Amino acid sequence: MNIPTNYVVALSAVLFSLGVIGVLIRRNAIIAFMSVELMLNAANLAFIAYARALQQLSGHIFVFFIIAVAAAEVAVGLALIVTIFKTKHSIDVDLVSSLKG
Amino acid sequence: MHFSEAAVNGWFALVPWIIAFPVAGLLVNLALGRRLGERFTGFVASAAVALAFVVAVLQGLALLQHPEGARVVVADWIAIGGLSVPWAIKVDTLSVTMMLMVTGVSALIHVYATGYMHDDVRFQGDPGRYTRFFIFFNLFVAAMMILISGDSFLTLFVGWEGVGLCSYLLIGFWYEKGKDGIGNAVAGKKAFVANRIGDFGFLIAMFLTFWAFDSLTFDTVFEHAEAAGPQAGLVLTLITLFLLLGAAGKSAQLPLFVWLPDAMAGPTPVSALIHAATMVTAGVYMITRTHVLFHLAPASSSVVAIVGAATAFFAATIAVGQYDIKKVLAYSTISQLGFMVAAVGMGAYVAGMFHLVTHAFFKALLFLGSGSVILGIEHGHHHATQGHGDAHGGHFDPQDMRNMGGMASRMKVTFVVYLIGALALAGIPPLAGFFSKDEILLAAQGQNLLVYLLLTAAAFLTAFYMGRQVFLVFFGRPRSQAAAHAKENPPVVVLPLVALAGLSLLGGALNLPGVHTLGTWLGHTLGEEHAPEFSLLVAGVSTVLALAAIALAWRIYARRPLGENQPDPIEAPLGRLFRALNNKWWVDEFYDWLILRRYVRLANVLAHQVDTIFWHNWFHDSVLAAGFRRGTRWLAESFDLPVIDGASAALARLVERLGSGLRRMQSGYVRNYAVYVLAGVVLMLSFFLIRSLS
Repeated sequence: MNIPTNYVVALSAVLFSLGVIGVLIRRNAIIAFMSVELMLNAANLAFIAYARALQQLSGHIFVFFIIAVAAAEVAVGLALIVTIFKTKHSIDVDLVSSLKG
Repeated sequence: MHFSEAAVNGWFALVPWIIAFPVAGLLVNLALGRRLGERFTGFVASAAVALAFVVAVLQGLALLQHPEGARVVVADWIAIGGLSVPWAIKVDTLSVTMMLMVTGVSALIHVYATGYMHDDVRFQGDPGRYTRFFIFFNLFVAAMMILISGDSFLTLFVGWEGVGLCSYLLIGFWYEKGKDGIGNAVAGKKAFVANRIGDFGFLIAMFLTFWAFDSLTFDTVFEHAEAAGPQAGLVLTLITLFLLLGAAGKSAQLPLFVWLPDAMAGPTPVSALIHAATMVTAGVYMITRTHVLFHLAPASSSVVAIVGAATAFFAATIAVGQYDIKKVLAYSTISQLGFMVAAVGMGAYVAGMFHLVTHAFFKALLFLGSGSVILGIEHGHHHATQGHGDAHGGHFDPQDMRNMGGMASRMKVTFVVYLIGALALAGIPPLAGFFSKDEILLAAQGQNLLVYLLLTAAAFLTAFYMGRQVFLVFFGRPRSQAAAHAKENPPVVVLPLVALAGLSLLGGALNLPGVHTLGTWLGHTLGEEHAPEFSLLVAGVSTVLALAAIALAWRIYARRPLGENQPDPIEAPLGRLFRALNNKWWVDEFYDWLILRRYVRLANVLAHQVDTIFWHNWFHDSVLAAGFRRGTRWLAESFDLPVIDGASAALARLVERLGSGLRRMQSGYVRNYAVYVLAGVVLMLSFFLIRSLS
């Protein structure tokens, strides 16, 4: 079966928007983090869709990179969350606002 | 003597060197003198003047071939409108006579000064001044040469002021010495101010000359004056009277003579060179140089003759009552200058110039001789005080004749030459002074009885005070320890004296009666002059009077020599008269009362009212300072504060407000930043979207 590229891109846009909304409205750091992952994978989906539609490999290569960067980001991000939790006993991102002007 | 035409013509072109040599000497000494020491300085200065003398001799030889002389233009100097004054040198018999006399006597005095100043700077305690002395001396010779050689009133005036400056500098050479530590400086100032009064007359005369005759060059002025005829009589009288005022200042005539006695504060070679032999004769020279004008103004000429004769007599009376060896000579100089001025006033220019030259010889000799005596006394004083501690206690005056006596046996050469000078001055035949003075008396006898009587009386007094001086200084017994220990000076001091003594002995040969060598020589410049025949009566009267005066002096001073601390024997019989003579007829006091005190009071009033109250308090403080303050305050308050400060303050406030606005965006909430990022992305995307659509 052949799914039209538009559908896939639309799904990707929906997923990305969901991720954005998640980052903007959720205060739980883990949830925000997961939303970021969602956005990254929405981008991956878009890459794959176009790579398939245009019959090019570069989209695939980008996806691999993104997966690798996302893994590294998770490692750093989770470590940060653990450290924040240790000091604040919470992972509410709004509590971490000491850099305000 | 015969020289080839070409050589002689070339010699006239050498005449600028007569100024250039002394200037070169002073420049060398200025640059190197201090580093290379006394011998070098003295040698350079003396050599410079000696070379100038050689140039003068060459001019004289050239004039023998071309008696009409030459005019050598050195440079363009002033050219404004109708006034054109090149710097030109006039070589004629008159100027060359002066050149020969000045450079010759200067050279001898320079040599003398190398020895005299060696000791003087040590007695006075500042050997470093040796070089300065010779720089001033060379400068003086250069200025005197400019004065003599100028062919216009203006060039003459430059030299006139130059010698005045040197006179001032050298009178005040020991400026920290003298009464109250400023006496010598005050004497220099007095000379300068008295000369300024004369210079003022000279300047007015120059202005009048240019106004009336449209030129300042001598020859042109003379031509125009002669062509102007009788209607120029008034202006000519004015010009010549103002010239006389100038001459009275420079040549120390009544009423401006007061500076010359004080000028003796300078070292003795200065007195000999400047204040006896050369500079003070500038007035006589100037009148001789402008003889055409004086000839056209007979009224002024008789004033000149009267002033000269009165000065000759007046100064001779004062000289009788002086104790200071140099003061006697100073008043004698004034008196002899009076003779010369009287001579030129009577139109006897040759006699005046003749006396000028012989006087330069014997008066330089007398001054240098007195310097030699003073040095000897200072040596003796040094010796006496070193031996016995400070034997005299307070101040010892090495120039006071009451401290001398018996110097004849201690300073033999000085005594002999001094005697020759004194006899020449007294007018004893056949010495130089006899012939020149006789010619003046001869002219006076034929023209003006009053002048003749005054001059004869002055001649009598001259012989008397010279006799008094010689007997007081050289005869009898020493009246102080210093005089007892005096000793003769080294040859460098004594030899120029011997040379001058020779000139004083033989100087009369320049213009012997009947031969008139000098008269013929000067006739090329001054025009043929009918010299009166030698009169045995006049010569006999003056000689007998001179001998009588010397005999009188011998009777008073030598028969019973003056003892230590004894009063002058003529003090008692003359009584108040002697006090008047000793106090110089109170002329200084009279001037002080008449002019100085009023002038000082006026100056004080002006200083207080005009300077302090008007200029300082009102104009400076109230107008200038307050006005400036007001102006700056206005600028500060109305411009600086609102505009400049306001602009920068506004800029600062803007940045501050912008910063605090932006600060509010920095909330610290990560989600807020994410919104900004989103907004930015949305903005950018919509920008691209809209652009691609349109």
